[in-house]
Amino acid sequence: MALLEMHRVTKVYGEGASQVLAVRDIDLSVAAGDLLAVMGPSGSGKSTLLTIAGSLEDPTSGEVVIDGQLLSGMSRNDKARLRRRSVGYVFQDFNLLPGLTALENVSLPLELDGVRARRARELAAAALEELGLDERVAHFPDELSGGERQRVAIARATVGERHLLLADEPSGALDSASGEAVMRMVLAACRRGLGAVVVTHNAQLASWADRVVFIRDGRLVDQTAIPPSPESLLQQGSEP
Amino acid sequence: MSVRHALLALLSEGPKYGLQLRQEFEERTGDVWPLNVGQVYTTLGRLERDGLVEADDAHEDERQRGYRITAEGEKELAAWFGTPSEAGSPPRDELVIKVLVAMRVPGVEVGDVIQIHRRHLVELMQQWTRIKEDEGRLDLALALAVDAELFRLESVVRWLDAAEGRMKRSSLGPAPAATPRPRLRLRARSR
Repeated sequence: MALLEMHRVTKVYGEGASQVLAVRDIDLSVAAGDLLAVMGPSGSGKSTLLTIAGSLEDPTSGEVVIDGQLLSGMSRNDKARLRRRSVGYVFQDFNLLPGLTALENVSLPLELDGVRARRARELAAAALEELGLDERVAHFPDELSGGERQRVAIARATVGERHLLLADEPSGALDSASGEAVMRMVLAACRRGLGAVVVTHNAQLASWADRVVFIRDGRLVDQTAIPPSPESLLQQGSEP
Repeated sequence: MSVRHALLALLSEGPKYGLQLRQEFEERTGDVWPLNVGQVYTTLGRLERDGLVEADDAHEDERQRGYRITAEGEKELAAWFGTPSEAGSPPRDELVIKVLVAMRVPGVEVGDVIQIHRRHLVELMQQWTRIKEDEGRLDLALALAVDAELFRLESVVRWLDAAEGRMKRSSLGPAPAATPRPRLRLRARSR
């Protein structure tokens, strides 16, 4: 079953002459284990696509299905619950709460969803440990490096039962080594069975994905074929 | 790629056989650039002709010949490490020419030309990135060679992105005034 399906999704902002078509006729499907990258320049509609995929915003027309549940017609509360349980977000600027420790940042969404505090903290500690942050659990965001903060954000996005990971330029201003580390974590989560959508303008980040779709002016215009095995690269010409 | 200098570098560690040089070259470069035996011996022949290596009698059996680096060879190697590698643009970059020409050809959508190349480049990058996936088994030389290839391909994608953005802005902006254009010429290269 697909974790995320978008059918003919269109989003229009404004009215009349000032109308802007942010995304148009988007069809997209992400199954468990998929890592999908959406590549496009700024202003191409990729962030809008992601907020609609995560039910933070409603499309003007078209359907979004998360975990087999059709979003249109769902109450605001039901959507919020579905979002808390199923969807994790990673943002460019991490969006950690500065007054909470790494552990509290990760356990908070679980507690909001009714998981008892002790259990939420156990799950959060496990998620942080998995990302190599077991010694940083009690640190506040401003005591962590950029790479560590992004790891906390990924732990928060994947903690508990969440299995759809949505990331908007997840390596933000990190250097290329930390950017690679972020994509390794996202890929590892997908290999464990999560599905992920990463929107980025960065080809190196996108190339960690199994499939890359290209967005221009709100439309998906192209996508990569399933790449052949890397061995073919290493057998190429032995020119001097 | 300078096989010549890479072989000198390997020989600077001590005398070696041709086959051994080939194997070590491939290992050191992460097996990204396979080398055939013929190339190794042709290159060794030229290095010997130029006085940069010589036969090593102690390292010889009836099946293969050993080589060692000469003092001249050591000097040449030091000069190679100390000289910046060629970083100029290729004399005629086919992709750049293709995009520039496509802008003027009626019926050709330059955006499509750009996207076809962008997709191809990203597909290649996906293949290179797969090599890095298993971090535990990734050797350092291979990781460095793969990174070099990824950064090179990425730079081309970024140029395509920038070109597309620039064209879009220029088609939306006001028509340029008819002032004479300064003529820019890339320096003629003698390669």
